[in-house]
Amino acid sequence: MKEINDMQGMAGQARHDKSAMGHTLKGTGADHDKFKMKGAQSLIEALLHEGVDTIFGYPGGQAIPIYDALYDYKDKLNHILVRHEQGATHAAQGYARVSGKVGVTLVTSGPGVANTITGIADAMMDSTPIVVIAGQVPSNLLGTDAFQEVDVIGVTLPISKWAYQVRHAEEIPWAVARAFYIASTGRPGPVVLDIAKNAQVGIVDYRPVSIDHIRSYIPVPDMEPERIAEAAQLIDAAQKPLALVGQGVILGNAEKELLDFLRKADIPAASTVLGLSALPSDEPLNVGMLGMHGNVAPNLKTNECDVLIAIGIRFDDRVTGDLNSYAKQAKIIHFDVDPAEIDKNVKVDIPILGNAKETLAAVVKLLKENKHTAWRDEFKAPWEKEIQVVINKELHPGTGPLTMGEVVHKVSEATGHDAVLVTDVGQNQMMGVRYFQFKQTRSVVTSGGLGTMGYGLPAAIGAKFGAPERTVCLFTGDGGLQMTIQELGTIMQSNVDVKIILLNNDYLGMVRQWQELFWQERYSETLMQNPDFIKIAAAYNIPGRLVSEREELDEAIREMLETKGPYLLEAKVVRKGMVYPMVPAGSAVTNIILG
Amino acid sequence: MEEINDNQGIAGQARNDDNEKTLYTITIFSENMVGLLNQVTIIFTRRGLNIETLSVSPSAIEGIHKFTITAFSERDDIEKIVKQIDKRVDIVKAYYNTDEDLVFQEIALYKVSTQKLLSLDSIEGIVRRYNARILDMTEVWVILEKTGHYDETQALFKELSEKIGVLQFIRSGRVAITKSKVERLSDMLAAMEEKLNRKPTIHNY
Ligand SMILES: Cc1ncc(C[n+]2csc(CCOP(=O)(O)OP(=O)(O)O)c2C)c(N)n1
Ligand SMILES: [Mg+2]
Repeated sequence: MKEINDMQGMAGQARHDKSAMGHTLKGTGADHDKFKMKGAQSLIEALLHEGVDTIFGYPGGQAIPIYDALYDYKDKLNHILVRHEQGATHAAQGYARVSGKVGVTLVTSGPGVANTITGIADAMMDSTPIVVIAGQVPSNLLGTDAFQEVDVIGVTLPISKWAYQVRHAEEIPWAVARAFYIASTGRPGPVVLDIAKNAQVGIVDYRPVSIDHIRSYIPVPDMEPERIAEAAQLIDAAQKPLALVGQGVILGNAEKELLDFLRKADIPAASTVLGLSALPSDEPLNVGMLGMHGNVAPNLKTNECDVLIAIGIRFDDRVTGDLNSYAKQAKIIHFDVDPAEIDKNVKVDIPILGNAKETLAAVVKLLKENKHTAWRDEFKAPWEKEIQVVINKELHPGTGPLTMGEVVHKVSEATGHDAVLVTDVGQNQMMGVRYFQFKQTRSVVTSGGLGTMGYGLPAAIGAKFGAPERTVCLFTGDGGLQMTIQELGTIMQSNVDVKIILLNNDYLGMVRQWQELFWQERYSETLMQNPDFIKIAAAYNIPGRLVSEREELDEAIREMLETKGPYLLEAKVVRKGMVYPMVPAGSAVTNIILG
Repeated sequence: MEEINDNQGIAGQARNDDNEKTLYTITIFSENMVGLLNQVTIIFTRRGLNIETLSVSPSAIEGIHKFTITAFSERDDIEKIVKQIDKRVDIVKAYYNTDEDLVFQEIALYKVSTQKLLSLDSIEGIVRRYNARILDMTEVWVILEKTGHYDETQALFKELSEKIGVLQFIRSGRVAITKSKVERLSDMLAAMEEKLNRKPTIHNY
């Protein structure tokens, strides 16, 4: 304990020497550029300097100076008032995911910032670049259990890429520049800025700060030419190569390089949930989705391929199932920007560090053109089987209640397979990612790593602001919708054009599915008594329609898409539906339940 | 003043449990920022690894702090932990070594009763044998200092506590120096400087 105290003492004494931390002042230096302002205003200026145009937030006592400064910037900075701070973080995530820009959240201290924890953790898991700015009690009250004081740094350090407390007004431009640089570079992630009230009201000479390096931080490790050569050789020699596509491809803007790579060597590719839309759905080399509820063919072939090429994936357990039986027959090549992902879950033969855009391009240069016709044909039989046993039943049930899959499928069709898919978590999510189709990249917004119920509605709001010209379709469940349903207020106030499709089964469906399959149908606390959702939407001035008959579905979808502005389409779906195929948690990827 | 006996028991116990594991020394260079130690320790916490010893001080390079941490672990785990530490933005560099790669020391202080120490056959004998030295003394107590490896400082503790009892005992965390010629960090910083001069910016948003 003694050492710990001493350490903190030292750190406190030696106030960080900012020049040593790699920041450069990039103002013009001219005197007219320097002007005196409050720290709060310098924060807004610094955000504008980073190119921010939209903020999702909620005010409170320790953020009032920032909100006051914002009042004068209404024409430059669009602040979206959410209904709960968790919603602000998910909206920032949705915005970031579709736009590729950093999402920004602004909240007050204590309960305000505590409400952002779920969103920060979610963004960390899914490598989503967001900056969460929180007001904090004045420096002189820190550590005193002051009103609405929370140890924000202590709480958020383990779940953020970087967290920093600003105690002096002069630090603000530097801290903002650093926050955006860290959030957006390398493997992106959430950054937290905890800004003490005194720093917000202190007077500073504002000069814009830009940061292009931090000496302790290597966002993109150097590419290793020997590894690139080894990988190319291995791929050239492969008879049965299989590529696994993760979000790293999207985050690295490497979609084109991926396609060049796959086409040149004729490699079939499957995607993780978060990697979806990096490849168009109708790309012939696209063999589907991986994982627990992924497609049969790529899961089976994972354990039959001779070279497995993982690109920007982190071998999550929902993708790999039992690691002891995962792709044991294959040589594995792993492209990733994050060295800590190499060998973390799966031991790889050739790690390729760097940005996929560069590393894939480098490999492509060395590759021979190739054909793997016989191998690619092997995917057909399992696909046929899945279509027969699972997909046809789900998409074209003919009689009986509506199914989730058919609703998703119809909406995807009606939007020309070109809308942004946002999902909540549960069966609705898995049906969404299984049956929605994509034409362009950055079309999927879903909570992959954390599996956060309540993510969908606010994330859809953010997605609409991030891609205003695109149609945004949210698929959500009766459970998840009610976790952040208050964001209907945000939709109303800011007139956000999101199409909400509620797949209502009156159950916490995914948990119920597990109870049915693995817990002897003991449906403990998964039955939901639900409100009249259409009435709730109506109370927020959001038009909607309840559909339970198959004959009405097309017409209702048309009405939804033709309505300008937000719309709630509630589909009463089969109450005890199942998501198949399913690889039970922890079992081999080849152990697939088809229903 | 009460004598302490448990100390040895507890320390010894923890070590026995980890018999099959290797003691790794993790060296971390970091920026000197508030909360840095916390950033490092939470990574151990997440993986449920005990820290055996810890020492932190300014390094030879200005503005950079050096952590020396020892922990019993399996190689696979330590590798992952070190990568995860290295990944933190404010960590300049982290790496691990086993004892063979290192020269290392711990320092221990022992407070014993002057009267009891004098009752021993040969004070000189014990001081000499252990290569210890007397730091300070009053009529009531004597403070001995010994540097060495854990086993060595522990052996003196054991002998003193068995013969005359120890009033207070403290042992520092390990400090270590690698046997390779240069401090790796200076290499790394030099390489980084070079790279920055070569490549201007990577601003990708
Ligand atoms: C915040 C949170 N709490 C609990 C869970 C566990 N969980 C996962 S899916 C699920 C059921 C979701 O029910 P619903 O929103 O109705 O969607 P459905 O599965 O019925 O489509 C639950 C409770 C979770 N993922 N997130
Ligand atoms: Mg449900």
